[in-house]
Amino acid sequence: MSHSAEIESHGSVKSYLIGFVLSVVLTAIPFWIVMTGSFSKATTFYSVIALAVVQIVVHLKYFLHLDFSIRGRLNTFAFLFTALIIVMVVGLSIWIIYSANAMMM
Amino acid sequence: MSAVPETLKFASDQGLTGDHNGGHDDGHGEHHDTSATTLFGFWLYLMTDCILFASVFATYAVLFMNTDGGVSGKDIFDLNFVAVETGALLISSITYGFALLCAHKQQKAGTLLWLLVTIALGCVFISMEVYEFHHLILEGNGPDRSAFLSSFFALVGMHGLHVTAGLIWMIVMVLEVLKRGLGTQTVTRLGCLSLFWHFLDIVWVCVFTVVYLLGAM
Repeated sequence: MSHSAEIESHGSVKSYLIGFVLSVVLTAIPFWIVMTGSFSKATTFYSVIALAVVQIVVHLKYFLHLDFSIRGRLNTFAFLFTALIIVMVVGLSIWIIYSANAMMM
Repeated sequence: MSAVPETLKFASDQGLTGDHNGGHDDGHGEHHDTSATTLFGFWLYLMTDCILFASVFATYAVLFMNTDGGVSGKDIFDLNFVAVETGALLISSITYGFALLCAHKQQKAGTLLWLLVTIALGCVFISMEVYEFHHLILEGNGPDRSAFLSSFFALVGMHGLHVTAGLIWMIVMVLEVLKRGLGTQTVTRLGCLSLFWHFLDIVWVCVFTVVYLLGAM
């Protein structure tokens, strides 16, 4: 039983291929959206960001094999904690500086 | 299989019990546990690297509008060029995955072949980035031109340096596999490099989205 868990944590050719195809699709769509420029600015902005987030999740699942199994749980929680810190570092910096800019105009 | 209680097994793996054979079918479990610890430790390092990248992303997000009358992202980004760079890095991710799968199956030739393919793709990526930087600097749009260009060079350049470090590490791993074969320690190191390489691909997803796509919008 520990053997099958081991294989799962290393992934397989199939899981890498699924991850790769999904990544190609999730990369092609935002490039296409921006390069054709046929959508409004807000639509383009939010769809490009959303597709990047989905692609990051795909990479984490299929290439970095993050999951909630007993073996992999610690890695996943370490990542989730880091994600929280990143949201705070990036989000709050942008909020502060843009507010400061707006107030000094 | 293992009727040994978890705590006892742990003690045995740590070498705390004198009975090295009790309940174990081989000594492999011990190696696997140190390898899991090593991979987790490396993962924690990557998380701190993540925060380093996040702070540079925050810097870019704050500074990118300050072009000082010079070029903005719209003027200098060529999305076709970036699409090819992205493709090279994305394909290198899956070829590295295949190298690691071969390594776990103890297929030396396959591992070396896929590692070399990955190195070639990484070199394509880095050469394209160096070409882009060189081109920008030649046209007077170097990092000293404006706050936007400083933060652009810092962010994209830091990712490029990471990829370069990954490539050097990969060349070292090729030599190690050639010389020592695929022992437990070597496979663990390949596992760490796998985390590093795929992590850099995730950072690149953020770079092409935030810098290139949103910049060229």
